[in-house]
Amino acid sequence: MTTPLDVSGQAMEAQPEAVLQGTGGKAIEGRSLGQIAWTRLKRDKAAVAGAVVVVFLVLVAIFAERPFGGLIALFGDPPNIPNNDLIDPMTSAPTAAFGGISLEHPFGLEPVNGRDIFARILSGAQISLLVAFLATLVSVVIGALLGVLAGYFGGWIDTVISRLMDVFLAFPLLLFAIAIVGALPDQALGMKGNALRIAVIVFIIGFFSWPYIARIVRGQTLSLREREFVDAARSLGASNGYIIFREVFPNLVAPILVYSTLLIPTNIMFEASLSFLGVGVNEPQASWGGMLTRAVDYYQIAPHFMIVPGLAIFITVMAFNLLGDGLRDALDPRAR
Amino acid sequence: MVAFIVRRVIAAVLMLAVVSAATFAIFFLIPRALGQTPEGMASRYVGRDATPEAIQGAVKRLHLDDPLIVQYGRFAKGIVAGEDYSLGPRKAECPAPCFGYSFNNNQPVWPTLLDRLPATMSLAAGAAILWLIAGVSIGIVSALRRGTALDRAAMTVALAGVSLPIYFTGLVSLSVFAYTLGIFPGGGTYTGISENPVAWFQALVLPWITLAFLYAALYARLTRAGMLETMGEDYIRTARAKGLKESTVVTKHALRATLTPILTIFGLDVGLLLGGAVLTESTFSIPGVGKLVIDAIRGNDLPVVLGVTMFAAFFIVLANLIVDILYAVVDPRVRLS
Repeated sequence: MTTPLDVSGQAMEAQPEAVLQGTGGKAIEGRSLGQIAWTRLKRDKAAVAGAVVVVFLVLVAIFAERPFGGLIALFGDPPNIPNNDLIDPMTSAPTAAFGGISLEHPFGLEPVNGRDIFARILSGAQISLLVAFLATLVSVVIGALLGVLAGYFGGWIDTVISRLMDVFLAFPLLLFAIAIVGALPDQALGMKGNALRIAVIVFIIGFFSWPYIARIVRGQTLSLREREFVDAARSLGASNGYIIFREVFPNLVAPILVYSTLLIPTNIMFEASLSFLGVGVNEPQASWGGMLTRAVDYYQIAPHFMIVPGLAIFITVMAFNLLGDGLRDALDPRAR
Repeated sequence: MVAFIVRRVIAAVLMLAVVSAATFAIFFLIPRALGQTPEGMASRYVGRDATPEAIQGAVKRLHLDDPLIVQYGRFAKGIVAGEDYSLGPRKAECPAPCFGYSFNNNQPVWPTLLDRLPATMSLAAGAAILWLIAGVSIGIVSALRRGTALDRAAMTVALAGVSLPIYFTGLVSLSVFAYTLGIFPGGGTYTGISENPVAWFQALVLPWITLAFLYAALYARLTRAGMLETMGEDYIRTARAKGLKESTVVTKHALRATLTPILTIFGLDVGLLLGGAVLTESTFSIPGVGKLVIDAIRGNDLPVVLGVTMFAAFFIVLANLIVDILYAVVDPRVRLS
């Protein structure tokens, strides 16, 4: 099929990872895990599609309102301005056909008050992604740290951290979150209103989902601890801190990356569920889940108001899942 | 074996104690830490324009000015041994397990919870049967036909299934099957099974399918991944090498190893759902435990929220315990550790 000297494409797969210089006349570079993963990821069409959508959504959220009013100003009204003149006062539905979908209002109008759904979807995207990213960051920091400690030191440290994980996993998280957010005062910790709510939601989601990351990191650390390079570092007199952060941790980056990518869609769903149950951010700030709650009452007269935010959640979550699945397949040593 | 079970039961009881303390702390300590006073907490339960005297009365009646550890002691004692409450002029006896009285309608929490349990159980049981059968069989077929069009189609649908919010699926199915086509009754039509089994069944078909769709998608993915991993094991190659039929290899050797972890997750998921399928119940207006807690939160009814949370934690811990014990029965190695 190809000559032995042709080192591109498929033939590369069959080559050993590194060939000593001079043996074949031509040097063949060894490939790092990152390079292998990148090649595999690029070949996975679904993962690439997911990544493209994720990048697109993040850009949309960043440029939704700035600069100069951003995408919202480009395509419609500000998110919180009612358009009562475009609403039929008898039915509360938009007067125009198809829920008022037009060039000025690409996703139509909200029933009753006629707010621009496009602007509200974009505004909701900011909340959704902000909460999901920050909460994931919180659980990754806690989970990676505790997981590596439990796996590396073992003994009573492992016992304490593992039991702690059991306790956290025994909490009915959704019930807890709605109870805490529902009981929040309007002002606390120097914050108020939605800023406080967002901070508390981020904290709850992050603080209760760290065991998922910790379990994986602990398992990986348990096996890494027994590897030769750790023994080598120890015999050279390296401290525990050096071994954990310079020897073990770089090997944990891949699983942490995979599982945090897969945690983001879970957190997006979680934020949307809280908003749907009425304990997310407060009106008039838009949120995808909150829009669906309002859609419950109007889906017979304004089905677009249910479909648009539902699809927004679906597409976002699906894109992150595709990317996460692809990353896992690309980085998982077992799949190779 | 007995020693193992005793050990696990003690661990489960300890776990419940920890969870109850943490739950209590979160409901009472965090508001305090955020600057809420006992009067402020009491005022939420006596109405917006109550007199200072009425608020003080509520503080006294609910013992909100006691140190938190004392309040927790009273709460824990109520669950274990029951407690006497003074509700205004009259005294009320609250037998164990006492979760106190609803602030909104003065009904004891525990009987209310039990009252709501059948609806939640009906929902969870029906959906669980559906998703276990559908999810596991789709997962197995997908794994055995890996890479075929069937596998790809099934896995695409499964990925979509885990990416769809359950209330969106619920709303769409209500809109299509209940309101447009009129095949099934709409939301809020739940009837108890003892009252009218036919109406009970009809009202639950859509919620069952909606809930089962999400979990079936999840289980299909899990089963497929587990099955593929098992089929790559050495002992499967050995089984094939000694000339066993492929069907025997799959059913006797591969399935057993694949299904054990799936059943573990199944037990935990059902336990979690018994504590209230909050999203499904509120989408379809099913009067279960989950609907109870949502209504309680909207009405600031702290004892009910606290009760449901403890109730749900109890089911999770119980499910964990049962799964652990079953695991030990199936796999003798577990008992040694």
